[in-house]
Amino acid sequence: MERSFEKYFRQNRLPHLWCPGCGNGIVMKAIVQAIEKKGLDQDKTVIVSGIGCSSRASGYMDFDTLHTAHGRAIPFATGIKLANPELNVIVITGDGDCTAIGGNHFIHGCRRNVDLTVVLFNNSIYGMTGGQASPMTPTHKKATTAPYGAIDRNFDACRLAEAAGATYVARSTAFHVQHLTDMIAGGIDNKGFSFVEAICQCPTSFGRKNKMADPAKMMMWMRDNAVMKAAWDKLPDDKKTEEKFPIGLFYNESETDYATAYNEVIQIAGGADK
Amino acid sequence: MNSEITIKLPRCKGCGICVAFCPKQVLAVDELGKVMVVNADACIACGQCELRCPDYAIFVDKKVKA
Amino acid sequence: MSKARLMQGNEACVEGALAAGVRFFGGYPITPSTEVAEGMAKLLPTVGGKFVQMEDEIASMGVVLGASLAGKKAVTASSGPGISLKQELIGYAAAAEIPVVIVNVQRVGPSTGQPTAPSQGDVMQARWGTHGDHPMIALSPWSVREAFDTAVMAVNYSERFRTPVILLMDEIVGHLREKVELPEASAIEIYPRRKPTCSRAEGYEPFTPDKDLVPNTANFGEGYHIHVTGLIHDDTGFPIGSPKITREVTKRLHEKIDIARDEITHVEEYFMDDAEYAVVAFGGTARTAYEAVANARKKGIKVGMVRLITIWPFADKAIKKIAEKVKGILVAELNYGQLVGEVERVVAGKCPVELCAKYDMTIFEPAEIEAGIDELVAGGKA
Ligand SMILES: Cc1ncc(C[n+]2csc(CCOP(=O)(O)OP(=O)(O)O)c2C)c(N)n1
Ligand code: SF4
Ligand code: SF4
Ligand code: SF4
Ligand SMILES: [Mg+2]
Repeated sequence: MERSFEKYFRQNRLPHLWCPGCGNGIVMKAIVQAIEKKGLDQDKTVIVSGIGCSSRASGYMDFDTLHTAHGRAIPFATGIKLANPELNVIVITGDGDCTAIGGNHFIHGCRRNVDLTVVLFNNSIYGMTGGQASPMTPTHKKATTAPYGAIDRNFDACRLAEAAGATYVARSTAFHVQHLTDMIAGGIDNKGFSFVEAICQCPTSFGRKNKMADPAKMMMWMRDNAVMKAAWDKLPDDKKTEEKFPIGLFYNESETDYATAYNEVIQIAGGADK
Repeated sequence: MNSEITIKLPRCKGCGICVAFCPKQVLAVDELGKVMVVNADACIACGQCELRCPDYAIFVDKKVKA
Repeated sequence: MSKARLMQGNEACVEGALAAGVRFFGGYPITPSTEVAEGMAKLLPTVGGKFVQMEDEIASMGVVLGASLAGKKAVTASSGPGISLKQELIGYAAAAEIPVVIVNVQRVGPSTGQPTAPSQGDVMQARWGTHGDHPMIALSPWSVREAFDTAVMAVNYSERFRTPVILLMDEIVGHLREKVELPEASAIEIYPRRKPTCSRAEGYEPFTPDKDLVPNTANFGEGYHIHVTGLIHDDTGFPIGSPKITREVTKRLHEKIDIARDEITHVEEYFMDDAEYAVVAFGGTARTAYEAVANARKKGIKVGMVRLITIWPFADKAIKKIAEKVKGILVAELNYGQLVGEVERVVAGKCPVELCAKYDMTIFEPAEIEAGIDELVAGGKA
């Protein structure tokens, strides 16, 4: 039986160009399933992406879609949302796109609390350009620009988002597909800046360099090391070993979103009926 | 056979994820790098393969008993 | 005409943009353009529009492009360093054919330069600032009233040609205060956002050019499910690695402006009827050049002035015509010599072209340009 999520894909653009076993396809499906779950109007939903393997997703999705420049998806998305608040705006970005070149836009997007749902495809690497280190490459992992292992400390994008003012912050993985879908759906529900980190595998540019070329093994690593938040909170510190990481909803707070706040400005300025 | 497995072959890239996560060894990747069903009878329609396929190439439906 | 008001060039530019239908502004403060952002922050919400102060000029450029794609006419403003930061996304606007206006109130550069001092040093940046082959429209006003008019024109051209348009102001005009009468709204011609000419079912393609070579791209949210990218794309909007399409798209982007060149290249001539010499100037410098030319006339020199309002595309036709009738041309510009190269290219040796350049953070004195005219007359062909 044909799956209902297929209607959210541009069928003439599939199969997608990602490598065999690339996690991007799993995360992209989680996004459209979250959209379906929330019943978003396909004509009133815009997908905005940056540049990177992950950002290629916008081209496969059957909505109004915008493939921006490297790092700049959030400013473009901000403009779309403020210009037409009735649109649902979902941002697709990579770990490099979001936290390196787009890092400033990311924290300011969080701070403004624009009603966007940002899904960061975290494959710990610059996939598209062939495996250079990103700000989210874990310390000691290898990359073409860190051939002896990265010495840079890596960002925890969820903590960054929360500190910067995002009103919904969650993490999941390509292994935990249904959980990931739920986390994204929760982000869509939140009227404000929602951030979902989706840990996903890049077997080609990250896996091969780090003795994990098999995509299934990378997903098993996610299965074995992700700890649901409730369990993580109870975990003694000595059990929180380097590979282990928490997933789940980390933060959710109701705050006035930017467009709503600006409507008050328009009221005060007397432009409401213009 | 409890299930009906549908494969959209042009989409399959032979990554082996479905094979690795199938609890019943129903699937394999063939010489040409495409998924194939090697033990249809063992399938329990758990849906793991469909859930994890990054290329939306494999679908499993429970067979409705006639 | 509504009654006269005392205002600054930067403020007039805000008024012009709003009159042309702009309802969105994103920017980051920088001297000497800040009054544009401040004016927008104050006035946009009074007409139901939105202003947003972004974290930097790159974001400012991104946010206005997003707003434009969602259907709002949008403007950003900056100067020197900020305009440099915007370049990548100015190219994006050219490639993805997104209407947008970038106001550049020029300051002395490069780098932080002289933040509060006037300059016209961004002539070539306006044309070639972003990488790759791309068309560009740039307009430069010489008065407060013209700041209003060129702002309207810039918005209209951006919509009509679906391209970025640079309003190349300078600090002289930006901070100039003059009493101006602004036209009634009814007297202002507004080019509306282009609309799709067929439905999705009828095979709509967002980048299929119309007869004027400009596509009728839908706004987001209108049900067309369009894809917009900075990659070279075909009429469907999707990227394609084809030499033929790459060539055709690059050509069309240029030609859509080229075929309308006569119409959008605005040039004004003063005392040119009997002129034996011509001064070419634009923006704030043209105010001084006008005075210098008038003074030279009093001394009996038959000199006139050609003022470029449209800087890009360059006024090839007008300059060529003048080169055929005068004995020499003096280009006065507040930089080390930029526009002069274009004039030389067009004149192609038909008459001498001299440069009157100034790049010391002060504006021209009429005497300096008069001295340039005297030299031209002394050394020009008999
Ligand atoms: C301004 C700019 N700098 C550099 C690049 C080259 N570039 C393209 S994608 C990319 C990295 C992408 O990494 P990430 O955001 O993690 O996405 P992934 O490919 O891993 O999904 C880089 C550096 C670019 N396109 N633009
Ligand atoms: S390089 Fe990595 S991220 Fe890019 S498509 Fe291949 S596996 Fe995916
Ligand atoms: S997971 Fe999908 S793409 Fe990979 S081998 Fe199985 S069916 Fe093919
Ligand atoms: S449904 Fe389950 S048992 Fe059947 S092939 Fe898929 S993974 Fe194997
Ligand atoms: Mg990455």
